[in-house]
Amino acid sequence: MPLGNKIKIAGLFAYICFVAASFILNFNPGKLIGANFYSFSIEMLKILPFAFILIGLFEVWVKRETVEKHLGTESGFRGYLWTILLAGTSVGGLYVAFPIAYSLHSKGAKLSIIFTYIGASAICRVPMTIFEASFMGIKFSMIRVLASVPLVIATSIVLGNYLTKRKYKVLPGK
Amino acid sequence: MYYLYILTILALLISVFKSVDKTSKAVKIAVKKFITILPAFLSMLILVSIILFLIPDKIILKYLGDNNKFVGITLASFFGSVTLMPGFIAFPLCGILLKKGVTYMVLSAFSTTLMMVGILTYPIEKAYFGVKVTIIRNMFSFFIAIVVALITGIFFGEIG
Repeated sequence: MPLGNKIKIAGLFAYICFVAASFILNFNPGKLIGANFYSFSIEMLKILPFAFILIGLFEVWVKRETVEKHLGTESGFRGYLWTILLAGTSVGGLYVAFPIAYSLHSKGAKLSIIFTYIGASAICRVPMTIFEASFMGIKFSMIRVLASVPLVIATSIVLGNYLTKRKYKVLPGK
Repeated sequence: MYYLYILTILALLISVFKSVDKTSKAVKIAVKKFITILPAFLSMLILVSIILFLIPDKIILKYLGDNNKFVGITLASFFGSVTLMPGFIAFPLCGILLKKGVTYMVLSAFSTTLMMVGILTYPIEKAYFGVKVTIIRNMFSFFIAIVVALITGIFFGEIG
């Protein structure tokens, strides 16, 4: 087993012991940390299993040619439009966007498209933006979305081109 | 959230109807991918639980509440980058801050970095895209958040 993994397992073990001991000894900071862990785990379990099932179905049913045609190297401006629409309807934060972006890329979506997807699903998910507007006002949300989307596309193209030139490969097999 | 459940169930039903074989293959892929990435999620959850203990809402309220704008933007983007919270906590918090007189510009820096810059999601992003891409993407996102905050400031007349 590599050293890195040993450190990780030791860390996990120490964490579990610390939280368990905190509950037994009634040590408040440790209990709060445990409660945070619990509530965030529940939050993720409400989303992740469903997201991964959809990813599985996507990988089985959607043809590589379809993704390549609409989101691949020849896709042009429309590819970004599709990606932003797709991102706008997705749920969850960055942590859900990464596996989806990864699957899109493994089916032939180009790098600048998947970075756009990650950025757009962070900032312009429709349900989230409506919720935001109810607290911050429509003007605030509109400015935020309209100012950030072009910047997301531009930086994704820069990053995508840079990586493509360097012959960057996304890690296989996740 | 419910539409995710409805969509997933509908998609599964249609898939089963069209081919049981392919559906079971899809579920196997889903389970395998989920298990592969689980350790990274575990790392993130541990980090989140500790960071949220160290930087609770109260601290964020305190530091963003009374400061000059540019210190405010700096602190806001710092807090936004190092923490992670779901929207249903983050936006009500922003709403409270707004009522307390924090500028739109500062809240824009906070909410955009919160959504786009993920120091706590680093274990997951790294597992999929590698260290280098993760660092560059987060730097770009931070830069975007600052620019968006400044644009927000201009539109709300908070700069000048």
